[in-house]
Amino acid sequence: MTLLLIEQILNGLQYGMMLFLMAAGLTLVFGVMGLINLAHGSLYMLGAFVCAAVAGFTGSFWLGLVASLIASAAAGAVIEVAVIRRLYARDHLDQVLATFALILVFSEGCRWVFGSSPLFLTVPAVLSGAVTFPGGLQYPLFRLVIIFVGLAVAGGLFWLIGGTRLGVRIRAGEADRGMIAALGVDISRLYTIVFALGAALAGIAGALVGTLQSVQVGMGEPVLILAFVVIVIGGIGSIKGALIGALLVGMTDTMGRFLLPMGFAQIMDPAAARGVGSALASILIYLLMAVVLVVRPQGLFGART
Amino acid sequence: MKIVKTLFPSLALSLALAGGAIAEPVKVGLITTLSGGGATLGIDTRDGFLLGLKQAGATDVEVIVEDDQQKPDVAVQLADKMIQSDQVDVLTGIVWSNLAMAVVPAAVGQGKFYLSTNAAPSQLAGAGCNPLYFSVSYQNDNLHEAAGAFATDTGYNKVFIMAPNYPAGKDSLAGFKRYFKGDVVDEVYTQVGQTDYAGEIAQIRASGADAVFFFLPGGMGISFMKQYADSGVDLPLVGPAFSFDQNILQAAGKAALGVHNTSNWSKDIDNEANKTFVAEYKAEYGRLPSIYASYGYDTAHLLLSAMKTADVKDKEAFRAALAKADFASVRGKFSFGPNQHPIQDIYVREVVEEDGILTNRIVSTALADRADAYAAECKM
Amino acid sequence: MNITRETVVNSAVLALLVLVPVVAQLRGDPFTITLATKVAIFALAGVGLNLALGFGGLISFGHAAFFGIGGYVTGILASHAANYEPLFDGAFTVNGTQQMLLIWPIAIVVAGLFAVVIGALSLRTSGVFFIMLTLAFSQMIYYFAVSWPSYGGEDGLSFYTRNQFPELNMFDPLNYFWVCFTLLILAVGLSAMITRSRFGLALGGARQNPQRMASIGIRPFWLSLTIFVISAMMTALAGSLYADLNRFVSPAMLNWHMSGEIMVFVILGGNRRLLGPVAGAGLYILAEHLLGQFSDYWQFFLGLVLLAVVLFAPGGVIGILTRRRGDV
Repeated sequence: MTLLLIEQILNGLQYGMMLFLMAAGLTLVFGVMGLINLAHGSLYMLGAFVCAAVAGFTGSFWLGLVASLIASAAAGAVIEVAVIRRLYARDHLDQVLATFALILVFSEGCRWVFGSSPLFLTVPAVLSGAVTFPGGLQYPLFRLVIIFVGLAVAGGLFWLIGGTRLGVRIRAGEADRGMIAALGVDISRLYTIVFALGAALAGIAGALVGTLQSVQVGMGEPVLILAFVVIVIGGIGSIKGALIGALLVGMTDTMGRFLLPMGFAQIMDPAAARGVGSALASILIYLLMAVVLVVRPQGLFGART
Repeated sequence: MKIVKTLFPSLALSLALAGGAIAEPVKVGLITTLSGGGATLGIDTRDGFLLGLKQAGATDVEVIVEDDQQKPDVAVQLADKMIQSDQVDVLTGIVWSNLAMAVVPAAVGQGKFYLSTNAAPSQLAGAGCNPLYFSVSYQNDNLHEAAGAFATDTGYNKVFIMAPNYPAGKDSLAGFKRYFKGDVVDEVYTQVGQTDYAGEIAQIRASGADAVFFFLPGGMGISFMKQYADSGVDLPLVGPAFSFDQNILQAAGKAALGVHNTSNWSKDIDNEANKTFVAEYKAEYGRLPSIYASYGYDTAHLLLSAMKTADVKDKEAFRAALAKADFASVRGKFSFGPNQHPIQDIYVREVVEEDGILTNRIVSTALADRADAYAAECKM
Repeated sequence: MNITRETVVNSAVLALLVLVPVVAQLRGDPFTITLATKVAIFALAGVGLNLALGFGGLISFGHAAFFGIGGYVTGILASHAANYEPLFDGAFTVNGTQQMLLIWPIAIVVAGLFAVVIGALSLRTSGVFFIMLTLAFSQMIYYFAVSWPSYGGEDGLSFYTRNQFPELNMFDPLNYFWVCFTLLILAVGLSAMITRSRFGLALGGARQNPQRMASIGIRPFWLSLTIFVISAMMTALAGSLYADLNRFVSPAMLNWHMSGEIMVFVILGGNRRLLGPVAGAGLYILAEHLLGQFSDYWQFFLGLVLLAVVLFAPGGVIGILTRRRGDV
């Protein structure tokens, strides 16, 4: 039981990191440009498809990973210039709709190019299998790598925002758009760079998570909604909020699915308890989000509404 | 809307000359999923059905194909359209149980035949059976029952079972338990569309089970198998054919190798009809057929066999002709029970690698001449 | 009333919506009538959402919840009545019903109650948080419907025969179209009244400048909550009609894609235009059918069309036709 509990806690942590990879780009784009990007999930899907296709063609997972990074960043830059740029001045409604339209274009476009069947993508040999900890706990190496990558991305983003020239501009852009343009910074180039960066983060997340999951059309949508839940809980625009929010959601979801059916079995017939428990578990994170927002409308680390 | 007409006047003539054939034109409405994430299954169903007609040189069959987008409300509206505007005689093609439950009762209620190429929920096999409704594929529980029988025969004593938390998932676990004689150590319902199974795998690891039964169709199964293979847990897996079908097996990769799964069709079933089907399907579409394609193909042949002896407008005669199942099924032995669901053998297959492609090979028969658990409740 | 260009366009839109099913009836093409009915129903859902979205400035990404609740109330009442099972059997007995005139008010009230709770909680926030909170509540209801077994779960709930309306045969597609169309017209009339009333003017003020409204003693919260609830009720009525059109309800009605689609009807036609949702729903259904004919990948082209409208025609189709941006 203790081993199981530790493993579930690791799972919650790992799931949270997976969500963070997705949420980081989303919250960055929102924080800097004030843009709601529903197509973030499509960039995630694109990353997974490109990684699978390139890895399948060349036989190298690593080449696939690099390709997915380049492809998603490039796709991000292209849609920023072609579409997103026209949306900054619009209200959230137009942003939601335009990016909803982009989802349709990307999903069916992907199916057109790559076919309807799921693609194959697997863990590279060096990272496959499970490691055994002292005490007998076994845990898949690749999931540990995802936890590590998540931490590295979080560290990288903190450094980028806090310690580089680009970060200074990003923060300035968040604070006052007019001022930064007046200071002679090319704001539209900055926006393209930030959007491409967000897209690259989505692409990498897609490639890594796609390695563990089914690479198929529509894979970005459930995770997109979860990523929104994460950044809303954490406070939109805050990297720290996204990190804490992701861990909270990951932990709540994993533990809910694990503990609720067991809990209900104490008070009712086990077969019914499993149904009720997992029904409740599936709405738990939305409940968490509602509670957080009702108590703290700007999210845990949100500065403005 | 895409209309595919298959009219071969010369063949019609020769059939008429051969005598006994009443070449009445039959209009078929094929509603299936052709767009979105579930499109592969629908495309295979359609291709199998059309190949069946083409290969038999079918005369006077007009097929209207429409995309249901995997949405039940769209399927209902398409069925209304085909019945009211196109005035089809026969409906077929739906892949998903929830769409079938939305369409089938309404269609047979309006006096149309429905031939199921896949979904066959228990409600339509028992008290809700109907003279105009035939399931050509199976009854939904069949493959799960066979998995239960296989687990018992193999000597598994403690099995961990898992399915998504929706009606088909619950039927699946009930079906498995119907034929499994050992202990079920834990029973887990996952979320519909779930993509991460780390939590369930942890529970499997801790459960002390000696085997795992899972029903996770489509992408859910791929995700689970990839994660399971990488988890260090190495209990044997058993499942119904859906997660091991030809069109998703390549995506699961070596993670699926050696897994046992239950199916009523396999490309290595040894009979002439099946050999022809597999060869012609490969020649026509450049890929190996899936179970959905095989059901579509059999449905086409069943329809043609009934058309040979009866007029579709004469419902009673046509129903009797269908019920005879006088066609060479790619599954070999095939007949209908009293509730018009198949009586057939259900096999255990193993995932193997052939020429660098993952595919299935039959290893044994799990249930012979299996009908279904609901036939007795059907009063027709 | 002045005869503006928009009045002409609006009349044309309504005339077209009436003309299509009538001609279809004469040509013996019942499916086209079904499509027109679907347009009227989706338009009604859009008119409801337009009240919150356009006039109230509340971007609800969760109206599928109300659409689905309307549908489920209808399905549950009808299936209980059909099976002669009471809904509630205790100290007193509550039976199901197949009378539309009873079902509609119940669906509207139930959805209204949900809207009061969801609205009151969501309105504590604004902007993107409001969008996401409404989405979260609708997702909760969606997952609940998928996994709760009593009314079919993911499979949905069929009730086989359309519910009844006094003196009219509802199985006749054209009759059912008239019922839906009449309700649509009533809803459009009601929204026109609301937006022109003192309440509507205050609401417009609250949308454009909440501080000023607060300073003259009008609390935007109550205005917003009221319009949100009315909006939800209209969408629920549309959900009830949609359930009857298909004689079937399923969690798909509650899915976030549905919320997105209702939003698309509003924007495609023209945000804040009285008949925007009617034109939008009509075009959407038409595009779905035309594009579906020429490609399996029709959603790709649908996406491009939507994108073009949002980017280059912010007033929607009615905006293009009247050549000015909508402002009330």
